[in-house]
Amino acid sequence: MSNVLTIFRREFGAYFSTPLAYVFIVIFLALSGAFTFYMGYFFERGQADLQAFFAFHPWLYLIFVPAVSMRLWAEERKGGTIELLMTLPVSTPQVVIGKFLAAWAFVGIALALTFPIWITVNYLGDPDNGVIIAGYLASLIMAGSFLAIGACVSAVTKNQVIAFILAAVIGFLFLTSGLEIVIAFFRGWAPDVVVDVVAGMSFLTHFTSITAGVIDLRDVIFFGSLMAVCLFINVLLVDTRKGA
Amino acid sequence: MITLERLTKKFGPILAVDGLSLSVQRGEVLGFLGPNGAGKTTTMRMITGFLPPTSGTAAVGGFDVTKTPIAVRRLIGYLPEGAPLYGDMTPAAFLDFISGMRGFGGAAKKQRMDWTVETLQLGDVLHRPIDTLSKGYKRRVGLAQAILHDPDVLILDEPTDGLDPNQKHQVRALIRSMARDKAIVISTHILEEVEAVCTRSVVIAGGRIVFDGSPRDLQRRSRRHNAVEIRLDAQSSAALAGEIAALPGVAAVDAAIEEGGLATLLVVPHDGRPIIHDLSECIRASGLAIEEMHTERGDLAEVFRQLTIAA
Repeated sequence: MSNVLTIFRREFGAYFSTPLAYVFIVIFLALSGAFTFYMGYFFERGQADLQAFFAFHPWLYLIFVPAVSMRLWAEERKGGTIELLMTLPVSTPQVVIGKFLAAWAFVGIALALTFPIWITVNYLGDPDNGVIIAGYLASLIMAGSFLAIGACVSAVTKNQVIAFILAAVIGFLFLTSGLEIVIAFFRGWAPDVVVDVVAGMSFLTHFTSITAGVIDLRDVIFFGSLMAVCLFINVLLVDTRKGA
Repeated sequence: MITLERLTKKFGPILAVDGLSLSVQRGEVLGFLGPNGAGKTTTMRMITGFLPPTSGTAAVGGFDVTKTPIAVRRLIGYLPEGAPLYGDMTPAAFLDFISGMRGFGGAAKKQRMDWTVETLQLGDVLHRPIDTLSKGYKRRVGLAQAILHDPDVLILDEPTDGLDPNQKHQVRALIRSMARDKAIVISTHILEEVEAVCTRSVVIAGGRIVFDGSPRDLQRRSRRHNAVEIRLDAQSSAALAGEIAALPGVAAVDAAIEEGGLATLLVVPHDGRPIIHDLSECIRASGLAIEEMHTERGDLAEVFRQLTIAA
């Protein structure tokens, strides 16, 4: 446990060792604001909720999260520090979890810094704060799922740009698999089971059902198990490819 | 402390390490020699558990490296090739991270870190990003993380690579000072380093051991071991060379004319036996004046070439 914490502290510190982290957070905040007000018509809707805010999070994370996750393993492999790290008395799962949690905490901070919009909506009207909390939690676990995918992908390459693009592409597949246009493509020829599986893998479907205020355990389990599977694969990838 | 049995590593069709068997005891400083690509780094990576062996076993302190990797890593201090470091950290933050990973906390952590910083003289650069440090300091930070937990086994992959002569001297002194109660393996392709710090030298080529013995034994393999070099007036050199060549222990006399009317005679003995006494008697008897005379200990580079090119 203390190993996980030590790894976590180093990784988390590494994000803030360059000004990049702050630039990152500012861009995230600016974009999430811009989307909410200009594309989500926050004011024009005239409703005291944060639907317009959360609706764009999946798309924001699609770009933002791979940028956070790309360095996790690719940087270690490129710089050779993976040899240093993996010859310390620490197990691979401990390193994988420590790194993942650090990246998740970083995204969590970016997300938490959007709090002014919560204050705003409470000032302007009388929103259901329970739904908003559910929305934030949903956003956080969806970010975690994107991150787990990104961390996993980062372990297969030394090149951070490739890690970024691969993570964004895989994230895009998970994101769009619930859209009607994708489902329709499968419905024509694939058996119902396949269509259901594809639709069931969609981040969008699971995310929007929670942000609507319905915390269905199945949605939480979906994101939770996706993270677990990705991190498990991450461990295997690190163990088999660290020396390559 | 370290036991390798028929350790083998293949990368696809390439055989990098071919059935290496070796054991290193506490108190030994083993110099691992070999040309680039001979398998030194791969062997070290298998001992530290970074790479799994294709076949064979490696054990450190009685623990098998593949079955109980964490126990092995606890015993080992390792400086990987090129001394990779987290460049965005300061040495202080980096060593703090390492001591955390090594399980030190509180007063023990402070004591270990202070000792390490003192030993490697890192005090001046403790709070500067590692990326901005000179190569010598970077290498010392790499050594610092390896010795921080005072390990029983030290594996150092080219510890003095890229250091200036003074820094090399410091690092060698450090290794010697730690040698008594540890098993130390250093890889190098600097031959003088083996003479300077190692109690035992192992030469590998093509993934196999081609020599295992003391650095002195390695020198004895040289044709020039116990050879005597004599410098004298070029005109009288031919006569002396003839007389020396007739001595019983002498195998060959190589003569070379130098600038300034001097000549050098290299007298090579049979089987590396000492001949300096016979020679000095012979010279005294001849009544010739010589400028210089000394015994050679052997040319390691020559032995190294013989061993590794033949293999």
